[in-house]
Amino acid sequence: MFARAIGDENPAYQGALTGEPVVAPPTFSWASAHYDPECRVRPRPGAPWPPYGKGGLHAEQSYTYHRPIRSGDVLSVTERPGETWVKESRKGGKLRFAEEISEYRDEAGELVVTACMTIVQREES
Amino acid sequence: MSAGVGNGLSTGAGTVRVGDERTTVVVEDLKRAQIVQYAGASGDFNPVHTDEPFATGPAASPSVFAHGMLTMGMAGRALTDWFGPEAPLTYKVRFLTPVFPGSTLSVRAEVRAVEGDTATVGLTVTDQNGVTVMTGDATVRTSEGARP
Repeated sequence: MFARAIGDENPAYQGALTGEPVVAPPTFSWASAHYDPECRVRPRPGAPWPPYGKGGLHAEQSYTYHRPIRSGDVLSVTERPGETWVKESRKGGKLRFAEEISEYRDEAGELVVTACMTIVQREES
Repeated sequence: MSAGVGNGLSTGAGTVRVGDERTTVVVEDLKRAQIVQYAGASGDFNPVHTDEPFATGPAASPSVFAHGMLTMGMAGRALTDWFGPEAPLTYKVRFLTPVFPGSTLSVRAEVRAVEGDTATVGLTVTDQNGVTVMTGDATVRTSEGARP
């Protein structure tokens, strides 16, 4: 389903249809949002929607693959803040950048994917 | 080891050399429905991507726009079609400008360095107007064999 959504018909991703063992597309771990009980970008009963007043923008994303994600993997994710920095905007004012690092581990506790999301927000003056 | 021009690496299916490049069209005339499809697949239903009245109202956007991660996901095909689905070791991108419905995106991938059995690949994603919407780079394992 994820591979379909990104328009990628590589047979390596088609295991749900063929029953063959598969690997996940490189950005598949993003779909772990489905399993986050506190996910703010999914409508949930009783949670406010839309989820933000002024949200930040997704500025950068990086992945380090310790091994490919394969069918049958059960991954757990831990998140921690990374670096933050402030940059002068070309349009004037300040932009605050903040990293959030997600580590996906398999059932043996081995790192599979390390993801880093950088969000940028305009700093209120 | 230096990674100069002509410092090629032999693989089962071909040789990867600094300066090798490929351009892949990863989406033509992006549809709102594909953005919604990606919302469903990824679990990211942020209304700036899925709710036109929200996007054009409170979010002050000309329309809904694609998730950056949809662009990154589509552009990843430039790497995996070339080097194989298990080849990526790192993949890093910067989102430069929103991608709106109707966009046609081309990914230009260029080998910048080859060292041992890994290659560094630069990625530039441009839309139908020549605007660069995303840049990035990746390191890939070339031992899986580059696809012709």
